[in-house]
Amino acid sequence: MTAKPKLALYWAASCGGCEIAVLAIDEKILEVAAAFDIVLWPVAIDAKARDVEKMADKSIDVCLFNGSIRNSEQEYMAQLLRRKSKILVAFGSCAHEGCIPGLANLAGREAIFDYVYRKSPSVDNPQGIVPQPEVQVPEGTLHLPMFYDTVKTLDQTVDVDYYVPGCPPEAENIYSIVVAVIAGLKGAPLPPAGTVLGKETTVCDECERTREEKKIKAFKRTWEIIPNETECLLEQGLVCCGLATRAGCGALCPKVNSPCIGCHGANAGVVDFGARMMTSLASVIDSDDPAEIRRIIQEGIPDPVGTFYRFSLPHSLLRRSALSGNGH
Amino acid sequence: MQRISIDPITRLEGHGKIDIFLNEEGEVANAYFQIPELRGFEVFCVGRPAEDMPNLTDRICGVCPEAHHIASTKALDALWHVDPPPAAKKLRELMYSIFYATDHTTHFYALGGPDFIVGPDAPAAERNILGVIQKVGMDVAGKVLKMRHDGHYLIQMMAGRRVQPNWGLPGGVSRGINEEQRQEIEKLGRDAIEFALFSLQAFRDIVLGNKAYVDLILGDIYTHRTYSMGMVDANNRTNFYDGMIRVVDPDGKEFVKYAPKDYLNVIAEHVEPWTYLKFPYLKKVGWKGLVDGNDSGVYKATPLSRLNAADSLATPKAQEAYEEFFKTLGGKPVHATLATHWARLVELLYATERWVELATDPEITSPNYRTIPTAVPDEGVGTVEAPRGTLTHHYKTDSRGILTEVNLIVGTTNNYAPIAMSCKKAAEKLIHKGKVTEGLLNMVEMGFRAYDPCFGCATHSLPGQMPMEVRLRGPNGEVLEVLTKNLA
Amino acid sequence: MSDERFEPKIVAFLCNWCSYRAADLAGTARMKYQPNIRTIRVMCSGRVDPTFILKAFSLGADGVMIAGCHPGECHYLVQNYKAMRRYEMLRHTLLAMGVEDHRLRLQWASAAEGNALAAAINQMIDQVRALGPLDWPRFWHENAGHQEAIARLPHEHAEALEVSA
Repeated sequence: MTAKPKLALYWAASCGGCEIAVLAIDEKILEVAAAFDIVLWPVAIDAKARDVEKMADKSIDVCLFNGSIRNSEQEYMAQLLRRKSKILVAFGSCAHEGCIPGLANLAGREAIFDYVYRKSPSVDNPQGIVPQPEVQVPEGTLHLPMFYDTVKTLDQTVDVDYYVPGCPPEAENIYSIVVAVIAGLKGAPLPPAGTVLGKETTVCDECERTREEKKIKAFKRTWEIIPNETECLLEQGLVCCGLATRAGCGALCPKVNSPCIGCHGANAGVVDFGARMMTSLASVIDSDDPAEIRRIIQEGIPDPVGTFYRFSLPHSLLRRSALSGNGH
Repeated sequence: MQRISIDPITRLEGHGKIDIFLNEEGEVANAYFQIPELRGFEVFCVGRPAEDMPNLTDRICGVCPEAHHIASTKALDALWHVDPPPAAKKLRELMYSIFYATDHTTHFYALGGPDFIVGPDAPAAERNILGVIQKVGMDVAGKVLKMRHDGHYLIQMMAGRRVQPNWGLPGGVSRGINEEQRQEIEKLGRDAIEFALFSLQAFRDIVLGNKAYVDLILGDIYTHRTYSMGMVDANNRTNFYDGMIRVVDPDGKEFVKYAPKDYLNVIAEHVEPWTYLKFPYLKKVGWKGLVDGNDSGVYKATPLSRLNAADSLATPKAQEAYEEFFKTLGGKPVHATLATHWARLVELLYATERWVELATDPEITSPNYRTIPTAVPDEGVGTVEAPRGTLTHHYKTDSRGILTEVNLIVGTTNNYAPIAMSCKKAAEKLIHKGKVTEGLLNMVEMGFRAYDPCFGCATHSLPGQMPMEVRLRGPNGEVLEVLTKNLA
Repeated sequence: MSDERFEPKIVAFLCNWCSYRAADLAGTARMKYQPNIRTIRVMCSGRVDPTFILKAFSLGADGVMIAGCHPGECHYLVQNYKAMRRYEMLRHTLLAMGVEDHRLRLQWASAAEGNALAAAINQMIDQVRALGPLDWPRFWHENAGHQEAIARLPHEHAEALEVSA
């Protein structure tokens, strides 16, 4: 009787949402447990890092790796799991694009440290003690990972075989991928390496709101207006990222009157999510006057980086903001 | 000294490791609970429009995004000086109650519960949700899966998505519910009440009916006498959505009751160099280290501490369960950390009853679920009880509502000191003469699991390398050398 | 201190009908402008996707120019207005990312304006030279010591006592 294929799930700089998303496949989790030997999944089972170190290279059939890479331990685990796994999947927005914590690329270690350990109003630290990678205590030495200035995606760290987009991925999509993987391990053809396992159209295609012509004289912030339930949110002046975002969610947020924030990442063929947002919104501004255009943009989009690169800053072409003190 | 490392800790949200040092006799000299993760929310949220915060802070934690979403939304109300219509508050509390029920279920059956249901030193391969399902059978597994399914389904219906909602706004929520939805919410809520009663009975049967477990719960290994914190309404009954924060001392007497916006008068955070997480403590008592007692500013913010801090619960069946809880455990306050698992199930029952109460409120389908703010935003604090502890969001903005400062005190952060103490004490009491097994190490981990920790939440912030002081100590603890760098 | 003066690398997207012809004119009439620009001919300034500009910066360009027909004179009628709006969006975003204003320039030049285009190019090169090299990829470099920190981890794990089940 052949052994079951081995499945690993690991989290780096993550929030746990991808774990909850996997559990959101509900009773189908039992199919997964029946089909695989789950060898690593810190949220649910008790395997430890040393257990992984002892595994033979390529003995893990599939590793679903969520979370971005922002310290030395996470980079180490990414390298380790790449060695031990036949197929390594960047699972969820953090691993794929960096996700919201990727906005930390607008800052660096020094600035962040300065607030958390000194300036935060609740901190009581007159000596300015800060965490250290190595600390001598009476009993021995304690270690902490080294924190990076810049958040990296998984594929900026190791070679990645597939990507599953979404923050987190939707349960239905997770399940269909699991089914495809099980079939693939039994010999069915797998997609080419580097494929993003998702739809190839935008959220607009899944959205039921009506679309007419877009002529924007002003962008509105979500707190300023109460949109109606039937018309395109962009046409009502809200900055909706659906037009650049990969479909797969069923346009859930517009169903509750909230504009899409882009959590499924860039659509197929889009190199830089923010660039696509910029060009699409530029197309619908209803003005030819440079001063008016500038005013519409500055008033309506006070935070371009947070709006255009909310989920994708580390994965974008520029990856981060300028960082003083770095480089030559 | 010999070092044992539990790395990583498992069956919780987040990252951590426990280093246990054994002296020459094989006894535990010390145990350190280190948190190696951070992401920096308080800094990278500066510059963002404040109304983005419910969505941004969702990503502090994908297990409890609803907690951040609601705390953030309340901070936005305060920031923009807008009072949402009553229906909006009820809708928020309804969604929040549904979330609470789902989340507490996940913890009991998948994270902390396996230690009791399968056994604390059962083989590692069985100590997990799959082992639980094997032990309790598919029928029970079906109930658990239904509860989680229903909860996620309703959260998506109300707030946009199962995980990471997109719903809260200053002055209200983005969408209400219609009568058809309300009926479904009510029906599934009644199912949920039954499930909560079932879970409490399961606890009685599996845990309270097992003398070894009862001894474990009541024993000294996992007991710490600390202050207890929880949010209460005007009648000192637990409320997860709104109220004042009440702290009682280790003897159960009220120590302070404060409004969320005054949190800085009550709480401060202590820093240690061997971990990225800070240790909140009660300012007026002071930081005395990782120790128990009335003179130590350490406090717990957990389901257990919430029951200690409240005088009663606001729904009838949960109130009965509250009374049974304290009667069985010998009165208030209870300091047996493992009893937190039981307290969590009492809260599960309260959450489900509150769910049905709100779902049958005549105003819940009102179309008046938003008030547009008109004031200029400046500063606001929003606090809720997250499943894992009192959660505070504090925002400052410029006149356009662009964030200039963010401070967060997150559920599990409150509990870092007691968690560290619980694991250290468990290690000291369980490991002797150098005899360590994997099962014993799991029992050390049980010290933290009762708190249902969420270290993604706790460690939203990121430090760096800056001024430092390193103390080199000799074998007797004497300071041999002090090295400093960049100290002002 | 290097003896070499910093010479900026500037990528210029020139539209086929107006600004590329202006550059041609400057060339054939021997109007001098500094040799720091690399030209890319596009059919219209409206063809320029923000991706191209971001890519140029990410590959090490110190500045990017987009040059097109004057508003109202676009060969394709109104596409240079799109270029104008895209430029405003990009400028707004790039400033927030820490790319200084003069590194991105939108320049109108008709086919006859070889002089004006040469002058604008010279001005931009001088402005970017004064700003210094951008060398964007240097911001991605991680701090010294991270490889050593990674390499230490298996040793830290191995030093701890092995515990059996």
